[in-house]
Amino acid sequence: MSGPCSDPMQPRPFRITKVRKELSDTVTMDLEPVDGGAFAYLPGQFNMLYVFGTGEVPISISGDPAEGSRLVHTIRAVGAVSGALCSVKKGGVVGVRGPYGMPWPVEVGHGHDLVFVAGGVGLAPLRPAIYQAMHDRAKFGRVVVLYGARTPDDILFRKEVEQWRSRFDLEVAVTVDRAVGDWNGNVGVVTKLIERAGFDPTSTVSFVCGPEVMMRFAAQSLQKRGVPAEGIYLSMERNMKCGCGLCGHCQWGPHFVCKDGPVFRYDRIASMLTVREL
Amino acid sequence: MVHSHDLGPVIDQHPFFQGIGQTLHDLLVGCAANVRFEAGDYLAREGQAADTFYLIRTGQVAVEVDVPGKKPIILETMSEGEVLGWSWMSPPYHSTLDARAVTLVRAISFDGKCLRAKMEADPKLGYEVMRRFVPMMAHRLSLARMQLLDLYAPSVGGKKRKAGK
Repeated sequence: MSGPCSDPMQPRPFRITKVRKELSDTVTMDLEPVDGGAFAYLPGQFNMLYVFGTGEVPISISGDPAEGSRLVHTIRAVGAVSGALCSVKKGGVVGVRGPYGMPWPVEVGHGHDLVFVAGGVGLAPLRPAIYQAMHDRAKFGRVVVLYGARTPDDILFRKEVEQWRSRFDLEVAVTVDRAVGDWNGNVGVVTKLIERAGFDPTSTVSFVCGPEVMMRFAAQSLQKRGVPAEGIYLSMERNMKCGCGLCGHCQWGPHFVCKDGPVFRYDRIASMLTVREL
Repeated sequence: MVHSHDLGPVIDQHPFFQGIGQTLHDLLVGCAANVRFEAGDYLAREGQAADTFYLIRTGQVAVEVDVPGKKPIILETMSEGEVLGWSWMSPPYHSTLDARAVTLVRAISFDGKCLRAKMEADPKLGYEVMRRFVPMMAHRLSLARMQLLDLYAPSVGGKKRKAGK
C-alpha cells in the first residue's frame, strides 16, 4: 500500500478521467495520478480531496481496490467544497492526500457469513469491501447486502445493485423509506431487512455504513438477531481536517476518527454512540 | 385448497402464535381461512369495515394511502411471516389505510369480528391476544418513527455531513 506523501499535508495531483452522475446531487469520478504512479488502498479508507482554491474534504474511496491505479470516489454535494468537487469536469485536476484510516477488516469474515448494511450514500464506502468479498467469495459463507435508500430515485449504483441481485452467490435486498404506487420493491427502514435476511447470526461479521443514527439502530437490530457486538463494524464520521491524526479536529473521546477509524468495532464504541456531546 | 383444520400446524409454527393455549389455538383455527389475492387486489380499503387480519404466507403487500389524481403513497410493504391488520381491535373498526397485493399473495385470514366478541367475553383470552399484538404494534410504530427521521435526506438538523457518506 502506498502511504501518504512524505509531507502528509502535501496533496498529490490527480486528473479526473471520468465523471458519472449517480443521483441528482451525487457523482462518481475516476481519477488517475498525474505523475503516473500507483495508488494502493484498502476498502473503507478515505482520501482528503482538495479543490484548488476552494478547500479540502474527506471522501471515502468507492472503487475496487484490485483495480490498480484507478481511484474512484463517489461524492455528494452537501457543502461548498463537495459542491465544487461535484462540478469538476473530466480532465480537471484535484489534489489527493491519502489513503487514510483503518479499513473494513474483510479478512475477519473469512469462514463466516458476511452481512453488509448500507444506508443512503453509505453504500459508497462499503462498495470496495463488497468487491473484495466477491473476489474472495469462496472464503465466506453467505454474503448478504442490505441497502436502504430514501426513495427509488435515490438508489446509488442502481444498475450495479441490480447486477449483484442477479448473482447466485450473493443475497441482495433493497428497501426505500418512501415510494409511490409504481414501485414494486420493499418500503420500510433498512433494519427491517436485517430481521428477514438469511444469515447465521452466531457466525456473522457485519459491516454497517450510513448516517450515524441508522448505524446505531442497525447495530441494535443485528444484536437482536444474535450477532455479537464484536462482529459488527461501523464507519464513523467526524470533522476531519488533516486526515492523519495531527490536528485533533476529529477527536472523539479517546479516538481520532481519521487515524483510529473511520471503521470501528462496535463493542469498542457502543457506549460513546449515545453520548450527546463528545 | 387447504381446509381450516389443516391450518393448525401453520398457526402453531408461526412465531407470532408460539405458546398459545389450546383455547386460543382452537378458536384461531376455527376462524381461519386460506385466502389468495392476485397482484392489484386489495386486502383492505381505507374506511371500510375491518373485520379481518391476515398472516401473510407468501407474496408482498403494500400498505398505502390513496391520493386522488395521483399514485398512492406506499408507507410500508409487508411480506412472508408478517401479520397485517389491527384495525379490527380498535373502534370504530374501520381500516385506516389501503392494503394492496403487489404480487400474488397467499395468506391466512382470521375473523377478527368473531375473535373480538370472544375476547370481550373471556378477558384471559383477550389478554393472550393483546400480549401478541401489542409488541408487534410497538415494533411497527418504532419502525415508522425511524422512517419519519428521513435519515438519508441531504441534511438533518442543519448539520453538515461528510460528502462521501
